[in-house]
Formats: sequence, structure tokens, C-alpha cells
Amino acid sequence: MAKEAAVPLTRQTSSSNEEKPGLPSVGNIAVKCPKCKEILYSRDWEKNLKVCSRCNHHFRLTAYERIELLADPGSFHELDADIISVDPLQFTTFPPAHADQRNYGEKLAAERKKTGMNEAVVIGHSTVESKPLAMAVMDFHFMGGSMGSAVGEKITRAIELGIERNIPVLIASTSGGARMQEGLFSLMQMAKTSAALAKLGEKKLPYISLLTDPTTGGVSASFAMLGDITLAEPGALVCFTGPRVIEQFMHIKLPEGTVNSEFGLQHGMIDAVVHRRDLRSTLGRILRLYA
Amino acid sequence: MAYDLEFEKPLAELEKKISTLQRKGDRLKAEELVQLQEAERDLRHKTEEIYKNLTTWQTVSVARHKDRPYAADYIRLMCNDFFELHGDRSFGDDHAIMAGPATIDGQTVMLVCHQKGRDMKEKQFRNLGMPHPEGYRKAHRLMKQAEKFNMPIVTLIDASGASPGLVDEERGQAEAIAATLYLMPRLKVPIISTIIGEGGSGGALAIGVADRVLMFEHSIYMVAAPEAAASIMWRDSAHASHAATAMRISARELLPLGLIDEILPEPLGGAHRNYNQMAITLKDALKRQLAEIGKLSVEELLEQRYQKFRNMGKYGTLTEQNLATAQA
Ligand SMILES: [Zn+2]
Repeated sequence: MAKEAAVPLTRQTSSSNEEKPGLPSVGNIAVKCPKCKEILYSRDWEKNLKVCSRCNHHFRLTAYERIELLADPGSFHELDADIISVDPLQFTTFPPAHADQRNYGEKLAAERKKTGMNEAVVIGHSTVESKPLAMAVMDFHFMGGSMGSAVGEKITRAIELGIERNIPVLIASTSGGARMQEGLFSLMQMAKTSAALAKLGEKKLPYISLLTDPTTGGVSASFAMLGDITLAEPGALVCFTGPRVIEQFMHIKLPEGTVNSEFGLQHGMIDAVVHRRDLRSTLGRILRLYA
Repeated sequence: MAYDLEFEKPLAELEKKISTLQRKGDRLKAEELVQLQEAERDLRHKTEEIYKNLTTWQTVSVARHKDRPYAADYIRLMCNDFFELHGDRSFGDDHAIMAGPATIDGQTVMLVCHQKGRDMKEKQFRNLGMPHPEGYRKAHRLMKQAEKFNMPIVTLIDASGASPGLVDEERGQAEAIAATLYLMPRLKVPIISTIIGEGGSGGALAIGVADRVLMFEHSIYMVAAPEAAASIMWRDSAHASHAATAMRISARELLPLGLIDEILPEPLGGAHRNYNQMAITLKDALKRQLAEIGKLSVEELLEQRYQKFRNMGKYGTLTEQNLATAQA
């Protein structure tokens, strides 16, 4: 197993939201809610765990923010942080000269620089309400949380860590799906992670899947939907096929929020929709119940 | 069967010349007979040459050819008996997945196949070969049944993807696919999957976690259909041919990457030119592979299958990369 390093959790929690890609910012002191358009003061918004105080919209978190939200303070130890993607197909983009299109290797380097992360998932172990837990937490800001070989390998290692230490596993998903630039290697990560979960299941160790906005495509059709207990944050896009593609296929217009956590709950795909502020205590309850 | 694909134009011209000469029958002059024989030889050589050097995008058009044999054709030509079983015992029966026990030269196997439709009516009936969740749940049920009765599982993969409709979301498409991915690695019977046409996304992989993964020479296997991938990456499905090339989706490209185990050669000009020959090739390969895997104990079988998929993927570490940069 790889070397361990305690990661200072302050690493990605600076108060300026300029450094947080993907967040709509109104200067440094306020953010605008993309759902209800309310202007929220940054300080209140952060205190409210980045949930809109008016409409309850759950903004996306970085992996480290989510770890801080879920794990007991200071308990998280990151593993395999140095795993990175390579370019197994020498993927060439198109059209070659397009300004914001880069070949995969260059794109990876740019994403690492932009996010300060090495890949779209952070794995390790921690305690939640004093119960030990192996965890993998995805980050949408790194290439849309897409799953390539490195993401699949890290998720698999997090599951194997659960098996090795005989502890439950949590995976917090957020992903646009497969990473096209890795072609079939990307698809095979669905088989690899699911096979590892089947092993975990044979050891009778609980697997908790937490779906956050968005969880779609190959990630939803593998480990994200295999939880013994499946939780979701309110209003998260949760689907196999994205709304845009459903609309094209059916020649219809879907109302906003048709395929989300609440839809999944209603159709029997999710066990509970849990507000962000209640996530840690909910995990604690589950860990005690399944201990 | 006409040569109707874009890159087959030179073949179509030769074919036209041949049929014009042939129509003369008895009235054929001596020099015309020589011309005919030459044209026939030319056609064979040209076909060989073109099909040996297909680009990835040309391969896509062969894999999707309207006359390409589908699973039901191979079943008919290859199996002595096939008893189709229907339904997922929960919601309904999906017509894009065809499954049931069958015998191949006396050996009973559980067949689980994608089935596309040939004409408009059948295409609609089979949802263009894109399974609904109940299709994957039928596959799940019958693969478990195969384990119960100790039958090897043979899957034939031929779907551009899983059905992308709202009803599919309502009935849990993601969960249905995930459930088979969770089941297949631990099934205590041999599994062989063959991509006979298109293998697209999770909708294909859902019946593809096998001990051996075979591909027909002109079939394709991909994380997403080229149109979908181009639309995701470049917001324009018109770049599909570039996506297909960049993602290396042909059998010839996937074998050296270690993602598949064997390529089954197709008849000259593609499987649609000789259903019988293709069915014999498939049947022989299945028998050979089943005999080989059949030698393994259940423990060996499961361990090898697990390791096969556990080791798929190419990644590096930052340290390695730094070293490489330093040396460069
Ligand atoms: Zn709001």
C-alpha cells in the first residue's frame, strides 16, 4: 500500500472565492445563486456550508471542502495523492488549432494548475463521529470529475483499503461520466471499481454511496449506484443520461430538475436525500447501525 | 450484395463492369471473357487491399452496415437449440436483449445478446438495439440462473449504448447497468463476450465483464458512440470521425492496448458478405475458448477474471513524471 501523508485541511479553504473555479462570484464579498439569482454574502454563504439561504441550492464543493465537512477534524489522511493520469492513447483533440482545446496531456497539466489537485478524486481514511472509514471524494472542478484510469485506480484503492483494514467505505461522487480522452480504458474503470465493490461486499463491509451534483454517466452506472446505503444531497443532478441528451433523443423539453436526487428517491433509486448540514451526523448514525 | 459504402466506390464500379459482362452470357466474345476474369480478380484484390487498410471511421460504417448479421442470425446458424426466455420478473420484457439457454455442438450455454432490428418495424420493436433497464435486469436474472445450473455464459455485444430516454431514468438505467457490473466478476461459471458489431458505453460493458473478450475484425468497442463523444468534447457531433480515430475504437487498435483478447477474422468485405462463414468462425472460437477456460478451477477462474479487470488502466505518478521531465 502507498505511503501516507497527513494533509493540512486548510489547503483549499482560503476565503477568497477567486481561487475556486466554477463558482459564480460577484467580487470577493458576494456570490450569486445560480438557481434563484439571490446575491449571497460570501461570509454568510460559507458559514451556511455553501448552501443558498434563500432557495436551499447546494453549491458544488471541492474534494477537500467536502472532506472537511464530513470527517472528524484533523482525522483525514490522504493516500496515493501522487497518482496522475497519463495519455494512454496519445489523444489528439479537434479541431487542432482551437484556442481552448488542448491535447490530453496539456489539458491535464492545465487542470492540475487550475485546481491545485493531481486528479479528480482524493482518497484516504478518516473517522466520522469517531468511526473509522475509508473514503474517496470526487471533485467536479478537475475535468468535470470525469473518470479515467487514475480516478478508477484511486477509487479501487480506496475500496481495497476498506477490505485491508476491515472498515466501511464511503465514496462521494460528482462526475460528468467517463473521460473520453482515455477511450475504452475509461469504460473499463466501471468494471474495475464494480469488481472491487463486489469483493468488499463478500467481506460484508458496508459501502455508503453519496451522490452530489452532478453524478451522471459511467460513474452513476457503476460505483455510485452500488451503495448498500445510497444518499444524495438535495437537488443534485443524478442520472445515467444527461437531460440534454434525453431531450434530443425524445424530442421533448424537460422541465428544470427533472432528473435529480428527489426524482431518484421517488423512483426508488436512492435511500435518503440529506441536507449538507446533516451529512456528518447521518453518516455517524449509519456507521453505528451497521457496525 | 452491392458495394454501397462510401469507400467501396472502386469496388462498386468493378462490380458493375462484371455484371454487365455476365449479362451477355453466351454472347460473350473471347476477349470479353478475359476482361471478365480480370475484373473478377481485380475485385478480389481491391477488396482485400481496401479492407486490410480500413480507417477507423470506415470500420464504423462496416460495423453499422445495414446488412450486418445480428445476434439472432448467429444463434440460428450456430446453435442446435435456443430457447428464448423473457422478462425481468419485475417490470417487463425488453426486446433489445435476447437471452436464454442454447446448445453449441451439444454443450449447453446461457446466451445473453443485444439484438438490433433489421427493418423499420423491428428497429422500433427493439428500440434500435438499445436496452431499457428491464433488459439488463433480464440479463442479470439469467446470468445468475446460468451460475445455478453451471452453464457457461456467452454474450454477443451489439449496441450503440443503453437506451437514453426519460422512462429509462425512471426505471433506474444506471442501477440496472451497475448491478450487472457487480454481478459478473463473481459468477462461478466461465464467461465469454464477443463484440459482433458495435460495443458502445456502459450499455455494452453491462454484458461484457468476461474471462475472454473477443472482437470481430470490423467491429468497434468504445466508451461512447463517436457522435456522442464528439458532442461531449467539442459540442459538435459532426466531428464524430475524428472522435472515433482519436479514441482508437477498432479491434486492431484495441488488441495491442490489452483491452481485448482476440480478433476474429471476418469474411472478405465484411461479415455481411458471408453470414455462414462468420458464424463458423464464431462457433469455433467459442468452442476453443470454452475448452480452454473450462480447465480452470472456479478459484482460478474468478481470480483471473478479477485481475484482468483490476489491472485495466494506465496511470502514472508525479514522481515518475518529474523524473522523466528531468531526464528529457
Ligand atoms: Zn438560491
